[in-house]
Amino acid sequence: MMDTFAALAHGMAVAVEPMNLLYALIGVFLGTAVGVLPGIGPALTVALLLPVTYKLDPGGSLIMFAGIYYGGMYGGSTTAILINTPGESASMATALEGNKMAKAGRGGPALATSAIGSFVAGTIATIGLAFLAPWLVDFAVRFGPEDYFALMCVAFVTVSATFGDSPIRGLTSLFIGLTLGLIGIDKLTGQARLAFGVPELLDGVEVTTLAVGLFAVGEALYVASRRHHTEEKLEPVRGSLWMTKEDWKRSWKPWLRGTMFGFPIGALPAGGAEIPTFLSYSAEKRLTKHPEEFGKGAIEGVAGPEAANNASAAGTLVPLLTLGLPTSATAAMMLAGFQQYGLNPGPLLFAERPDLVWGLIASLFIANAMLLVLNLPLVGLWVRLLAIPQPWLYAGILVFATMGTIAAKPSVVELSMLAGFGVLGFLMRRFDFPIAPVVVGLILGPIAESQLRRALAISLGDPMTLVQSPISATLLGIALVALLAPFVLKGMGRFKASED
Amino acid sequence: MTSGDPVQPPRRVDRAGIVIAVLLAVIAVVLVWDARGLQSTAMYGMGPEAMPVLVASGLALLAVGNFVDALRGNLPARESADPVPVVLILIGLALLIGVIGFGGGFILATSALFVTTSAAFGRRAILVDCAIALVMSTLIYLAFDRLLTLSLPSGPLERLL
Repeated sequence: MMDTFAALAHGMAVAVEPMNLLYALIGVFLGTAVGVLPGIGPALTVALLLPVTYKLDPGGSLIMFAGIYYGGMYGGSTTAILINTPGESASMATALEGNKMAKAGRGGPALATSAIGSFVAGTIATIGLAFLAPWLVDFAVRFGPEDYFALMCVAFVTVSATFGDSPIRGLTSLFIGLTLGLIGIDKLTGQARLAFGVPELLDGVEVTTLAVGLFAVGEALYVASRRHHTEEKLEPVRGSLWMTKEDWKRSWKPWLRGTMFGFPIGALPAGGAEIPTFLSYSAEKRLTKHPEEFGKGAIEGVAGPEAANNASAAGTLVPLLTLGLPTSATAAMMLAGFQQYGLNPGPLLFAERPDLVWGLIASLFIANAMLLVLNLPLVGLWVRLLAIPQPWLYAGILVFATMGTIAAKPSVVELSMLAGFGVLGFLMRRFDFPIAPVVVGLILGPIAESQLRRALAISLGDPMTLVQSPISATLLGIALVALLAPFVLKGMGRFKASED
Repeated sequence: MTSGDPVQPPRRVDRAGIVIAVLLAVIAVVLVWDARGLQSTAMYGMGPEAMPVLVASGLALLAVGNFVDALRGNLPARESADPVPVVLILIGLALLIGVIGFGGGFILATSALFVTTSAAFGRRAILVDCAIALVMSTLIYLAFDRLLTLSLPSGPLERLL
């Protein structure tokens, strides 16, 4: 307990160095500016801004990342409220009520409750992260390679199968990611796999190329293909920006409840902020004293899900930092950011680079506070960004997206891969395959393979080692249940649908 | 949210779904074919070929799953898509790759992508967009190449700067 305070205080000392404060500020600003663009969620925001941090030292760039992460989340909810295009499914609940509020001329209070709620939830959840992380690290140092492998199996299943619309399509996405992860030189034997004699493929698929291709290029293609369907309408922010006393009274409980939904679910290796946001939305709908306002712009329906969204974002950092386990697309991009400096999150990082880890956690607090101060006064600027005409907006997004790849590896092969992943992202959107499992599969697949091979080498090839460790056996059991549950519950799902 | 929609078109075989299932099966075959060329040097445990085979088996199972879904018409309903803008953007990407590949430089390459994408989203003022694209990509080039010292590929235009 005291250790955590000492470590956090030390982290604060790192985070408030003037240069680091500046990095956090730039991160928050850039994150919001990119995140506010319609169709761009936090994962893509982080992916697009990765090249910007290439030249910084790891500490500064991770702090900038923390800012980009939270800024991107905040920007996304602004878009959801003002033009009803949630950049990601976690903002869908916000868009539901928030956009109605904006249409009714209450966009200001909607933005305010989402900003303050995000701050409250983010702060509480970051405190949770600070106290939960050392405890989990103590637990995780006892993990052997077979336990890690089992843990990754849990993450694979929960990310792709358990919570999606269709377990088959989710698993298909995951296996596409796993296949991409196989490309390149096998680290243990030095043999090339799936390189087909192309030298550029020997290094494997870059995570940023895949993410930018799937998210940015894929999204642009998808929006272009169905431009004739929807005309987005930007709601001007009319009236007061500030919340009335009544708004405060109706918001604070949803903020806290949303945090309670968001943080634990985000911290479980279950992935995604969709579940807690929708849980929070339906809880608020049930508990409200103004049920007649739901569907027409109830402030509780913005306050709760927004808090849940932010709390679960901080929650996903728990498995990411302590176990090296990304459970959402955004967390996967954060992991890519770490890997760009040869850093591998996990219990070792806490021991070896405490300044870096605790500096990052401390700057989450700072980024959160900065967002609160920065965003409400600057809302006029963000709204103007939203008003960029769609052709220029997407043309600019594509230029920026390709620029990252051009700067990192200006080769025809790499750019063709970017375009290819763009087409893949377009097709996956069109046929309703989830995108995040592909990225998680690419990142975690090679790690899972090397842990499995290490475990089997230690056990002299005996596969029983996977079930002889109690941790591994339990985790594999959980993975199996999580894999089979959606198939078993399918019949019940039909029942549930008719009840709604 | 939309799964409970009572008005559903009559279920029939989804051809796109069949294509997806076949593609997955093809990838699985390629994986196994590629893995057969690998030498297992591991004394104990798994060699480099084990994981591709494992992934291939998963893909094969999923191909069957997707195939069944497609036969039953279980895929979510799709809205009509307009292929013209998609093709335009892909032409833009091809132009970008071509210009970079032949040493045309960053500014020309990204300008080409900008103009085609903007046209794909319905803009018809090509000349205005060309001007905007050239100015913007020049500014980006200067900012990133000179200020952040990221090396962006240079061509004839970049050498003039």
